[in-house]
Amino acid sequence: MPKLKLIFTAVALLCSVSLGAAELTLEERIAKGYDLAVDRNAGNCFSCHMAEGAEQPGNSGPALIMMQLRYPDRNQLKAQIADPRVRNPNTNMPPYGAHYILTDQELEWMVDFVHSL
Amino acid sequence: MKHLVTLALLASLSLSASAGPEEDRAAFVQFFEKRFPSVAVEEHINGAYALDEDKRKQWEALESGFPPYEDAVFDGEALWDDGPYADCFGGSAAVKQSYPMWDEQQGVVTLELALNNCREANGEEALNYADYDMVALSAYIAFESRGQAINVDVPNDQAMAAYEEGKAFYYQRRGQLNFACSSCHLEMAGNKLRSERLSAALGHVTHWPTYRAKWDEVGPLHKRFMECNDQVKAKAFDLQSVEYRNLEYFLTYMSNGLPLNGPTTRK
Ligand code: HEC
Ligand code: HEC
Repeated sequence: MPKLKLIFTAVALLCSVSLGAAELTLEERIAKGYDLAVDRNAGNCFSCHMAEGAEQPGNSGPALIMMQLRYPDRNQLKAQIADPRVRNPNTNMPPYGAHYILTDQELEWMVDFVHSL
Repeated sequence: MKHLVTLALLASLSLSASAGPEEDRAAFVQFFEKRFPSVAVEEHINGAYALDEDKRKQWEALESGFPPYEDAVFDGEALWDDGPYADCFGGSAAVKQSYPMWDEQQGVVTLELALNNCREANGEEALNYADYDMVALSAYIAFESRGQAINVDVPNDQAMAAYEEGKAFYYQRRGQLNFACSSCHLEMAGNKLRSERLSAALGHVTHWPTYRAKWDEVGPLHKRFMECNDQVKAKAFDLQSVEYRNLEYFLTYMSNGLPLNGPTTRK
């Protein structure tokens, strides 16, 4: 499974290189983040978080609302998603970056999406 | 403040490696009493349905009439009557409450292992643990044992070591998603994970084997363990592996005193 993911990542990298790393618009980045957030094999964020656009959300984490106001600093938001254990060692939120559930690029898109909430 | 109390209780649950099983069990029960003050401890044998009114109604409809585990119970009875089992188990099939049992040679002996021991002692081949006959036999025994209070025992130091292994497994975070069993069935018990209501660890062992709609068949407790390990992208162990037998030993001790209510149905 991790191997498959590596291959996908490699393919994704190649694609972005061959496309000349065309810049995505903010809307496109938010859409990418949203797709990852609903994907059960990627973010699966709404299994724990209520948020706008979430179907049948869970309730183990706080609602994701007013995120830009609450996390003006992108890096702080990214750090929370990449490894929530830093802020709370007993957290039940998965360490998306530290355990390679999301790539760095995917984390960036996720931040774009969460910031839009 | 409520949060702090919960955290302190959790810490005492997971760190009290030196306390005995009985202290662990008392702390376990107390944790769920505090967490769900309006739910009687015995109610947790009904899993998520003890915590979710709507799901309970759907479930009760499924259970009434001809429950989907009925065939397995009948088939198991026929197997029991034709086989050597009555002799091995002292004449009665109402024995589930005493399992798992500690054995000097084999370690933790679950009901399934005891059934295979019985077969082999009588010149019959051991059954595969995923075999329908094995599931049917345990379904019949579960049915005959309904209402008995779970009463497992940790009789000596070696048994205690196995119990401790099972306990450590329960609190160990694992897999890419970094969850322990306790993350979902203690800390987040009662929460919704998407549309799934997370059941309490207490009562987890009282109703196996169980018909699960998702499996479309009656299956054993260890199959559910495997699925929960898979969910967090952790390595699953085999049915009746040492790891799962020790885990079952710990988890069953936690439910000591609760009445058996298997087989049953789950979504
Ligand atoms: C299994 C549960 C779970 C999942 C899945 C989960 N989270 Fe969380 N999240 C939590 C919990 C619990 C907290 C509360 C803080 C803590 O314990 O770390 C939290 C906190 C947060 C916070 C900080 C919120 C605040 O109010 O300060 C953000 C942002 C966040 N999560 C984003 C995400 C994103 C994005 C995803 C998916 C990529 C995600 N979470 C997946 C459980 C989860
Ligand atoms: C990411 C969350 C999660 C983790 C971690 C997890 N489970 Fe589960 N488990 C579930 C969900 C969801 C269900 C189905 C709803 C329910 O009954 O709680 C379930 C159901 C069960 C059931 C059946 C309950 C019943 O009433 O029939 C048992 C037993 C169980 N889990 C044991 C375990 C054990 C043992 C572990 C650790 C090896 C574990 N679980 C880890 C989410 C989890």
